Amino acid sequence: MRKWHRVALGVLFIVLVGIQFVPVQRNEIEPVTNADFIEHYESPVVIGNIIRASCYDCHSNQTKYPWYSNVQPIGFLLQNHISEGKSELNLSEFGLLSNRMKRTKLKSILSQIDNDKMPMPSYLFLHSEAKLDSLKKTLLVSYFDSILVDIDR
Amino acid sequence: MLVLILSVSLSLSLIACGNSNQNNQEESAKQHDHSAMSHEADHSMPTGSEMSMDENKSMTDLIDDYLALKTALVQDDSKAAANAGQKLAEATSGLDISTFDAPKQAVIKEILEVLKEHGEHIAKSEIAHQREHFEGMTKDFMDLLAQVGTDRTLYKQYCPMYNKGNGGSWLSASQEIKNPLFGSKMLTCGSVKETISMK
Repeated sequence: MRKWHRVALGVLFIVLVGIQFVPVQRNEIEPVTNADFIEHYESPVVIGNIIRASCYDCHSNQTKYPWYSNVQPIGFLLQNHISEGKSELNLSEFGLLSNRMKRTKLKSILSQIDNDKMPMPSYLFLHSEAKLDSLKKTLLVSYFDSILVDIDR
Repeated sequence: MLVLILSVSLSLSLIACGNSNQNNQEESAKQHDHSAMSHEADHSMPTGSEMSMDENKSMTDLIDDYLALKTALVQDDSKAAANAGQKLAEATSGLDISTFDAPKQAVIKEILEVLKEHGEHIAKSEIAHQREHFEGMTKDFMDLLAQVGTDRTLYKQYCPMYNKGNGGSWLSASQEIKNPLFGSKMLTCGSVKETISMK
């Protein structure tokens, strides 16, 4: 092994070890309040479970972290991804929105699910349990539709 | 090779150390602010002082931006639509609503919030998604006109074929149909459903 190879590996090693000590935000904010979508609408258990499994990792204050989130730089990347998802839609605070904004968000949710844009393919690659098969998709779409109708009433 | 094996095993043993449980809501809020700010900086527009001065001027801006967006979509011009969406999002904060009573202000604020959201999405999406948001905001835009009035006659037009036959509406400054939801694919689908006039 050439000398500069060893130096490069050494530097890489130090950097990799070093970043493991950089503290990372964890998106695990307690408690779950009444503004939480599932609480707010008292969603049926089946529906609540699907929403939790398919949406909550990036669109709520309660991410279920995979083990590799503790390895940097993966953890940093996940954190970026999550804060981006939450800025679009945070289901933990859905109840705080105006009815008009709720309608707008619900329409976007419906369109995203209907067009298979969400959950994102890159996320499903490592989270097969989040995948919406046609039954789950139908269930969710009709459920979100019913909430939309309720708001309009 | 030895160095490599050593480094891998060491970094694995250190994985657990990287785990720090910080539930800091404030920090994540700050991140959001930051991304929003840099976003605005990308599209700096000459907004500001003159806009908040005169209520009518701002409403004129909002209608101008909405119609510019409509025209861009008619022309299948995603980039122009993105610009108009961005301008519209910015114009929502220029509307002076202090002359209205409190309940009306609350209603208008909610409408502006939603229009801003639509505008921001249009600023960063591809054309099908832009059209979806444009169609979605039309109802809110009409609600805003009902609250604060319009400075010109507008026509609500409707094409029954949009969104898999669910139909879609938009506003136009002329009675002639130029469909922004389909653009060149179906430029003349639609008819005038309603006229919104100055009071």
